[in-house]
Amino acid sequence: MSDTFLQDAPPAPTAAPEWFVTAQRDAAKRFESLPMPSRRDESWRFSNLKALDPLDFTQARPVVQELAEQLLADSVGFEAALATLVFANDRLIAKRADEHLATQGVIWLPLEEALNTHSELVHRHFMRSESSVGTPKLLAHHQASVRAGTFLYVPQGVRLSAPLQAVHWAAGSGQAIFPHTLIVAEEGSAVTFVDWFKSSGEGRNMACGVNDLHVGPDATVHYVSVQEWNRQTAAQQSNTTAIAHGGSAINLGLHLGGVFARSESVSRLNGSGARSEMLAATVADGAQEFDQRTLQDHRSPDTWSDLLYKNALYDTAKTIVSGLIRVEPQAHHTDAYQKVRNLVLSAEAEANSLPGLEILADQVRCSHGATTGEINPEELFYMQARGISEKDAYRLITFGFLNEVLERLPDEALREKLQQTLRARLQGH
Amino acid sequence: MSLVIHNLHARVAGGQEILRGLNLEVQKGSVHAIMGPNGSGKSTLSKVISGHPDYEVTSGEVLLDGVDVLAMEPDARARAGLFLAFQYPVEIPGVSNANFIRAALQARLKDGEELDAVDYYGDLYKEMDKLEIPRTFTSRSVNEGFSGGEKKRNEVLQMAMLKPAYAILDETDSGLDIDALKVVAAGVNALRSPSVGMLVITHYQRLLDYIAPDVVHVLVGGRIVRSAGPELAYELESKGYDWIKETLTEDAHAVELASV
Repeated sequence: MSDTFLQDAPPAPTAAPEWFVTAQRDAAKRFESLPMPSRRDESWRFSNLKALDPLDFTQARPVVQELAEQLLADSVGFEAALATLVFANDRLIAKRADEHLATQGVIWLPLEEALNTHSELVHRHFMRSESSVGTPKLLAHHQASVRAGTFLYVPQGVRLSAPLQAVHWAAGSGQAIFPHTLIVAEEGSAVTFVDWFKSSGEGRNMACGVNDLHVGPDATVHYVSVQEWNRQTAAQQSNTTAIAHGGSAINLGLHLGGVFARSESVSRLNGSGARSEMLAATVADGAQEFDQRTLQDHRSPDTWSDLLYKNALYDTAKTIVSGLIRVEPQAHHTDAYQKVRNLVLSAEAEANSLPGLEILADQVRCSHGATTGEINPEELFYMQARGISEKDAYRLITFGFLNEVLERLPDEALREKLQQTLRARLQGH
Repeated sequence: MSLVIHNLHARVAGGQEILRGLNLEVQKGSVHAIMGPNGSGKSTLSKVISGHPDYEVTSGEVLLDGVDVLAMEPDARARAGLFLAFQYPVEIPGVSNANFIRAALQARLKDGEELDAVDYYGDLYKEMDKLEIPRTFTSRSVNEGFSGGEKKRNEVLQMAMLKPAYAILDETDSGLDIDALKVVAAGVNALRSPSVGMLVITHYQRLLDYIAPDVVHVLVGGRIVRSAGPELAYELESKGYDWIKETLTEDAHAVELASV
C-alpha cells in the first residue's frame, strides 16, 4: 500500500510492562476467537455491522513529518486548555502543558509513557470496566491494538480550573486507530477533559476507541468528545463511567462526522449519592448513520442519572438510540431519567428510539420518553416575521434544538467553543 | 408614504372568508387603532399582512409604500419594513434572545457584510434599559419561561432594534397588568416618529389611554365599519360593540353580519 502521507514502516513499539504485553496478547486471542455480533443481538438491533468490519483496516502507520506539522497547526481544539496532547495515527506528535499541573500532583501523560512511568496506577484502572452495551470482540480488538492515548490522574482535592484536551487525527486510508482515554479523579477532585476526533483527508479509516472515567468520592468529571471524523470513516467508541459515592459526572458527545459512528456509553452509579448526566447532540446528514447505546446502571441508593440525547436528521441519515435504565435491588431512592428527542428535517431520514427500563428496587423515580418531530411552523413563522429567511430560520431552530444539550455543560468558555463548532457544522444547511 | 390595504379578502386556507373587503390606509408618522369584538378578524388581519402560511388571500392588495407585499415571503415583507408584534410571542428553545435579534439584523445586511458585535450589543443594551429588561435576558432562550409582560416587552425590544417602517401591534395589551402595560406603552411611544406608521390592534380601549391613536377604526365582520378620531374609542367603551352592530343592522350588510 502506498500513501504519500504515511511512513513506510512503523517504528519498533516502546517497551511496555509485562502485564500490559500479556493482556494485549490475550486480547488478540480473544479478538481472533470471538464472533462478530449479529443484528439479532439486542444491543446491535438496526445497526450496520458491515461498516465496522475490522478486517477492512490495518493498524495505522505513522504520518510523515510534513503532515504532522500541518496537523499540529490545525490542532488548536479549545484555546484555553491547560494541557494538550496531539496524536496522529496513534503516535504522539505534540504535548503542551501548563507547568502548574505537575506541581499540583496531576499526572498527565500519553498512555504509552504512563505505562512505563506509572505502570501500577495504570494497571489498577486500565480496561477494568466491562461494557455491556457493546461487543467483547471490538473491545478485545481495542485492547490488543491500543498504543496511544491520554492518561490523566487528578489527586485528592485538586480542582482544575480549565479543561485539558487531546486531539486524535486519523490520516491515510485503510488505517485503523485505537484512541484511548483513561481518567482517574480522586476524592474531591474536579476536572474537565475534551477529546477531539478529526480526519486528515478523505480516506476511509476506522477508529475503535475507549474512554474510561473513574470518578472518586465527591469528585467531579466532565468529559466531552467532539467527533468530527471525515465522511468515510467508521467509528466505534466505548465509554464507561464509574462513579463513587457523592461523585458526579457529565459525559457530553457532540457527534458530527463519520459514515457510520457507534457510541456506547455506560454510567455505573456505584456509590450512594452518585450523579451522572449523559448528553449527546448529533447532526446526521447525507447517508450518515449514528448508532448510540446507553446504560444507566444504578447500583447504590440515592443515585441520580439524567440522559438527554438529541438528533437532528437530514437527507437519508439514520440514527439509533437504544438506552436502558437498570435499577439494582439495593438502589432505593433512585432518580433516573432518559429523554431522546429527534428532529427530522427530511422525509427520508430514519430515527429509531429504543428505550428500556429494568427496575428491581422500590421507591424509585424513573421516566423515559422518546419523541420525533419536525420543525414547529409557528417558530418558523415567528423567525420569518423578523426578516430571517426560511433557510436561516430552519438552521437557527435546529441549532437551538441541539444547543439545549450543550447548555447543560457548566464550563462556559468550552460550551461556547462547542456552539461555534456546531454552528459551523450546520452551515451548509 | 403609507401602508395601504385595499379590498382585502382572506380566509384560513379552505375555510370561510374572514376578511371581507377590508380597506385601510396607515400613513407614516401616524398611529391607527383597530378595535373590534372577538371573531371580527383582528388577528387574521395582522397575520395576513405579515404572511402567515395558514391564511389565503382570495383578493385585494396590501401595498407597503406602493409595493405589493402579498406575493412576498414573510421574511421578505419584514425586511421590506413590516413588523408584527405578536399577541402570543413564540418560544424558541436553545436560541438566545441576543442571537435571535442579531440574526434578524444580519438578515438585513448585504451578502458578505457582518454586523459589528460591539455596536450591536451597545444598541441592544440601550434599548433593553429603556424597557427595563434585565441584561440576563440576552442569554436566555427566546421567550422561554418569560412572563406575559416580559414577552410583550421583548416584542417591543425587537421592534426598537429592527426599526420597521410599519408596525402592527396585535393585542399587545393582552395578559398585561397595569404596570407592565405602562412600560410596554412607554416603549412603543418612544418609537413613534415621522418615519413609522403603527397599527394598534386591541379589543379594549384601555391600551389607547397609553398609546394615543390619531385614528380609530372599528372592525366588524371582516370590514372596517367606522373610522373616526380618538373619541370613537371612548364611545365604544361606554356603549359596547353591540351598539356598533345595532347601528349597522340598518344598513345593507345586515344579513351578512348576522352570521358572524
